[in-house]
Amino acid sequence: MTKGGMLASILGATTVVLIVVGTLWPVPSAVAYAGGGNLFSSSSTPETAVQNIGIALRTQSWDKAYTSFANKGQFTEQQFMRDVMGGYPSLRTYATLDHFEVFPLHANDGDAEVRLKLYWSTVVGTSMSVRDLHVVKNGNHWDAEWPFVKEAVVPPQVIPVNYLRWDIIYPGPGDDWGTAGVEAPHVRILDMHPVERASGVFILGELLNEDVVPAYVSVSATLLSKSQVPMATEGSFDKISHVLLPKQVTPFLIDFPNISLSGVGGVRMTPFTTLVPASADPIIELDNEHLNPAPGASLTGQLINQSGRVVNVAHVLGTFYDNAGQVVWVADQYVDYALLPQVPVQFEIHIPEDLAGKISSQRTVVASYTEGGFL
Amino acid sequence: MTSRLTLVLSTLIALVVIPTFAASSSLTVPKTVEAGNRFSISSSGSGQATLYIIGLGQVLKKEVPLGSVTEFPAGTLYNAGQYLVVLAGSESADGAEFDVVPSSKLADLRFIAKPSRLPVDQPDAITGTVYLFDAYQNLVTSPAQLRFELTSPSGALETRVVDSLNGAASVRMDSTSKQGAARFVAQVDGLSATRIVGQVPGDPCGLTMSASHLAQQVELQTEPVRDCKGNDVPDGTIITFTESYNGTQSTVDVPLKHGVAKVALRAHAGATISVASGVVLGNQIRLEK
Repeated sequence: MTKGGMLASILGATTVVLIVVGTLWPVPSAVAYAGGGNLFSSSSTPETAVQNIGIALRTQSWDKAYTSFANKGQFTEQQFMRDVMGGYPSLRTYATLDHFEVFPLHANDGDAEVRLKLYWSTVVGTSMSVRDLHVVKNGNHWDAEWPFVKEAVVPPQVIPVNYLRWDIIYPGPGDDWGTAGVEAPHVRILDMHPVERASGVFILGELLNEDVVPAYVSVSATLLSKSQVPMATEGSFDKISHVLLPKQVTPFLIDFPNISLSGVGGVRMTPFTTLVPASADPIIELDNEHLNPAPGASLTGQLINQSGRVVNVAHVLGTFYDNAGQVVWVADQYVDYALLPQVPVQFEIHIPEDLAGKISSQRTVVASYTEGGFL
Repeated sequence: MTSRLTLVLSTLIALVVIPTFAASSSLTVPKTVEAGNRFSISSSGSGQATLYIIGLGQVLKKEVPLGSVTEFPAGTLYNAGQYLVVLAGSESADGAEFDVVPSSKLADLRFIAKPSRLPVDQPDAITGTVYLFDAYQNLVTSPAQLRFELTSPSGALETRVVDSLNGAASVRMDSTSKQGAARFVAQVDGLSATRIVGQVPGDPCGLTMSASHLAQQVELQTEPVRDCKGNDVPDGTIITFTESYNGTQSTVDVPLKHGVAKVALRAHAGATISVASGVVLGNQIRLEK
C-alpha cells in the first residue's frame, strides 16, 4: 500500500471511530441543539437562573425564557422579543447570540443581582450588550426578573421632509467623444499620520469633501520601505464614513497588521471619490458626548434622529485629538437598534487605555443607513 | 486586426513582389492625394494587369489594361496615410507609393473642456482642447486659427485666439467670480462646439450664526451663507454646530436649506456654541449662566 493510501485508510478509520463515539456518548449541548435533550439546568442558584436565560436567548427559545421570568406579568412575550431584538429592522434583527457571560454582582438569602453580558454576532462584527437582572428566590429555585425596557413609540403622524436630494445623469453610450462628463467630487486629505501600536501600524487622518456635490469616498494607503519599495497596501474599509455631503469631514483609519513603523520609509495615500446619489436627510444629532477617562476609557453619548424616517443602521465614528489638535486615534461603533425619530439612543465608543490620557478633544460623525434609502 | 493584416500583406508584397519585377514595368502615381478627392494612376506597356492599392484599413484591387490611365472617383480613398501601389501583370510588375493627406476643408472639431465643475475665481483653471478633423475623420494638421470664448453667468466674455499645431489647439481660461453655468465655446471656420462649465461657490466666508432661546432649547440659525465673492453657498452644504458644556459636547451636522442652516439644541447654562463648515470656522456664542 502506498503512503497516500495508508493515510486515507487511517483518516477514514478515525472518522468512523469519532462518529461512533459521538453517537454513543454525545456532549449534552449537542444533544440539546439536535432537539434530543435539555441544555437548561436547574435554577438552584441566581447564576444558573440567569445562565438559563442566556441559553434561551442563544437558542431563541423565547417562550422558555419568558415563562421563567418572575416579572412576566409586566410585559408580554412579544414585547420581550422586541426588547431584545428590536422592533424595527436593525443590525440586531439579523443577529444571533454568539455567547454570553454571567457575573454575580451581589446576593443575599432572598434576592441577588446578576450581570448578563450578551455577545451578538452581527453582519458588521460582534456587538456586546449588558443587562443587570434582579433574581429572587422562589421556594427552592431562583427566578430572574427581566429588566424590561419599553420600546419607544412614535405617535402616528406626517412629518414633511424637504431636504435636498442629489441625482446624477451619467454620460450615455451615444454621446459624442469629448463630451464633458460629470466631474468626480473633489476631496482633500486634511490630516494623515502613521501610528505604531502593538498590533501593527495604523494610518489615521481626516478627509474633507470640498465640493458642492455628495461624494462616495474611500482611502487606501501604501506603505513604502526605506528604499521606497511598496511593502503593503490596505484600505479604510468601514473605518470611514463613505458618503460625504458637501463640506462634510470624515475620519479614516487604515490598519496594517504585523508591520513595524521603523521599517516604513514613506506612505502613499490614494483617496478614491465618485459621484453618488444622496440625500441630505436624515439629520442625526449627537447629544451629551462625553469623554470618560481610564479605566474603561470611552466616548459616550446619545444619537437623536431629528428626521421623520426610521434610521435602521447608525455607524458612529469618533476622531480623537491631542492638545495640539492632532488626530491620535479613530474608533467606531455600530448602533444595534434602529433610531426612531426624536428617540435618543445611547452609544459608547471604546478608547485604548494607553491613549486615553493623551486625548483632549473629539469630533464625532454618524453614517446612517435607511431601508429603501441611501447611505 | 484588419489594419495589421493589411500592413503585413503590403510589407510582404513590397519586399517580395516589387524587387522581383520592378525593372520590367512602369507605373505613374500622384505624389499626394487629398482624402476623398478623385485621382488617376497611369501605366505603360500592353496587356492586362491587376492593380492593388494598399493602405491602413483599406485595400483596392482592380483589373486594368496596361498603357492606359485608370481613374478613381471622388471618395475612393479617404483614410490619410501612406499607400502602396502594386501593378501585377502576367509577365511584369511595378510598385509605387503615394500619400493620402487630410482634406484641407475642416468638417468637424472635438472639444474637450475640463473640469466640468470648479470653484469661482480660479486663474487658468479651465482647460479647453480642440482637435480638428476633415469630413473623413482625419486629423487636419495644417494650421488653423481657433477662437475660444468663455461667457460667465453675468454675461462677461473672456476670449482667446490660438493657432492649431499638428491638428490640436489648447487654451487655459480663468473661472469668473460669479457662480453659475459658464458657456465655453470653441470656433473655427464656421464650426463651433459648446461645453458648459459649472462655476460653483468657494468655501463659506464670514460664517455667522445667531441664537435665540426657545423654552429649554436654544435655536441656532446662520446668516445666509456666502463665499468670499458673495455667491450663495449651495443648499445641502453641511454646517456643523457644536455645543460644549462641562466637559460634554453636543454636535449636529445640518445641511443648508434656503441658504441658511438652523437647528435647536438643548440649552445648557454657560455652554459655548460654535459653528463651522468644513475647515472654515464661524463665530462662537456663549450662553449665559
